[in-house]
Amino acid sequence: MLEVKNLDTFYGKIQAIWGVSLRIDEDEIVSLVGANSAGKSTLLNTISGMLHPASGSVEFLSRRIDGLSPDAIVELGISYVPEGGRLFNEMTVRENLEMGAYPRQTWKRRKESLEQIYQLFPFLKARGAQLARTLSGGERQMLAMGRSLMARPRLCMFDEPSYGLAPLLVKELFHFVKTLNKQDITILLVEQNIRHALDIADRAYLLENGRIVLEGPRDLFLQNDHIKKAYLGL
Amino acid sequence: MLMLEGKKVMKHFGGLVAVHNVDFGINQGEVVGLIGPNGAGKTTLFNLISGSLPTTAGEIRYKGEKITGLKPHQICKKGVARTFQSAQTFAGLTVFENALAASLFGKKRAISVPDAEREATELLEFVGLSTVGAVLARDLPIANQKRLEVARALATKPELLLFDEVMAGLNPAEVARAMELITKIRNKGITLFMIEHVMKAIMKVCDRIIVLHHGSKLAEGTPEEITTNKKVIEVYLGE
Repeated sequence: MLEVKNLDTFYGKIQAIWGVSLRIDEDEIVSLVGANSAGKSTLLNTISGMLHPASGSVEFLSRRIDGLSPDAIVELGISYVPEGGRLFNEMTVRENLEMGAYPRQTWKRRKESLEQIYQLFPFLKARGAQLARTLSGGERQMLAMGRSLMARPRLCMFDEPSYGLAPLLVKELFHFVKTLNKQDITILLVEQNIRHALDIADRAYLLENGRIVLEGPRDLFLQNDHIKKAYLGL
Repeated sequence: MLMLEGKKVMKHFGGLVAVHNVDFGINQGEVVGLIGPNGAGKTTLFNLISGSLPTTAGEIRYKGEKITGLKPHQICKKGVARTFQSAQTFAGLTVFENALAASLFGKKRAISVPDAEREATELLEFVGLSTVGAVLARDLPIANQKRLEVARALATKPELLLFDEVMAGLNPAEVARAMELITKIRNKGITLFMIEHVMKAIMKVCDRIIVLHHGSKLAEGTPEEITTNKKVIEVYLGE
C-alpha cells in the first residue's frame, strides 16, 4: 500500500532522514519506534507532504506522492494526526470534526462519518458546541483522531496518540486502534509507549539517528536484546 | 508547616465545575503526585496555584501567605515555578536563549548577564539538553521542549515546582532518566507537586498521591494505598 524508498529529508541544512526505506501492506498495523529526535515525526511529515524529501520516493497505492501537497495526499486516502493533535483551538468540537471532511468526496458523507465517530467517541457528540481549546489533553487527542477519520482514510498515521492519556484511556486507545484496523484502515503508528505499540503491531521498524536499524515482525522486536535494553528498560 | 495549602478551592468555567471544593496540602521536601482521568481538573488546579487562572472561590496559601489573586509572575518570584502540559517555550528563540531568559527573570537580586549565561549552560547540562543549545525551541520534539521547560522553571530558583506531565512522550528508558532527574531536583531541597500518567514513575518517586475525578478529590494516600484503591482502579487505572 505504501512504499518508501531511499528517502533523505533535511531540516534546513541538517539531514534528519538518511536513506530510509519501508513498506506497509494493506490492513497491517506497523509501528515505528525510536528515541526522541530519532526522526520519526520527520518521516511522517515527509510521507504526509508537510516536508519534501531531498531524494528518494514515496508511493501510495502504486502512485508517486512525494512532491504532492498535504491536502492532495489526504484526498488520496492518507490521514495524519501529528504530535500534539494540532486542533483548531478557536473552533468548536463539531467544527473541528467537519474540517476533517473537507476533501470533496468525503464532505458529502460527513453526516454518516460523524455518526461513526460519535459511536467511537460518544463524548464528542455531547461536547459538540464546546471550543476545542477548553478540552483536556486526552480529549484533544481523541478529537484529533476523530477529525482525521472524517476524511475516510485508507491509511492512518498517528504520531504518539497515547501522549498525555490516563492509563485507562491508553488501554482504550490501543484497543481503538485495533478496532479501526478491523474496519480495513491500515495503520502506521509512532509511539513512545513501545510495549503497547509492539503488542498490537504486525511488524515494526526501529529508527535511530534518522536510519532504519531494525525491521521485522513483532516477535522479533519483543525478543531483541537491544530493544529490550534501550527501549523497554528491561 | 505546610508549604502549600488549598482550602475549598473552586473553579467554574461558565456552567462547568472544573475544580470543586478541593482541599490539599504539600509539606516542604515532599514529592506529591496529582493523578486522575483526562478532564478531571488537574491542570486547572495547577493554573489556580500558579495564578494563570483566577479561582472562583476558596483560598491557596504558600508558606502561610495567601497567594490567590496574585499574578503569575508575582507567584513565581515568591518561589513557585511550573511547567506546562503543552510546552510554552519561546518558539523562535534557541534552547539556550530560552534558558537564559528564565535565568534573567525571577531573581530576588539582579543577576549579571555572564552569570545568567553560566547558569543557563549548567541548567541545560542538568536536564540533558546541552548538545542542542543552538536549536530553535520550535524545532525540538515535544519531549525535549518539556525538558527545556524544566530547565526554565529551575532557572527561577523555585522552592516549589509544579510539573505538568513532564514524562509524557518518553519511552521507558527515557522515563528512567527523567526519574533520576526528579531525584536530583529533590536532592536540591525543592518540593515537587507533579501531574503524571506514568504510573511506574509516580509510584517510585512520590511520597503521597492525590486523585482528582470530575473536579473533586476522589482519594489521597501513599502510592500503595492509591494503586489498591477500588475507586481509583475503576475510574483511572483500569483492571
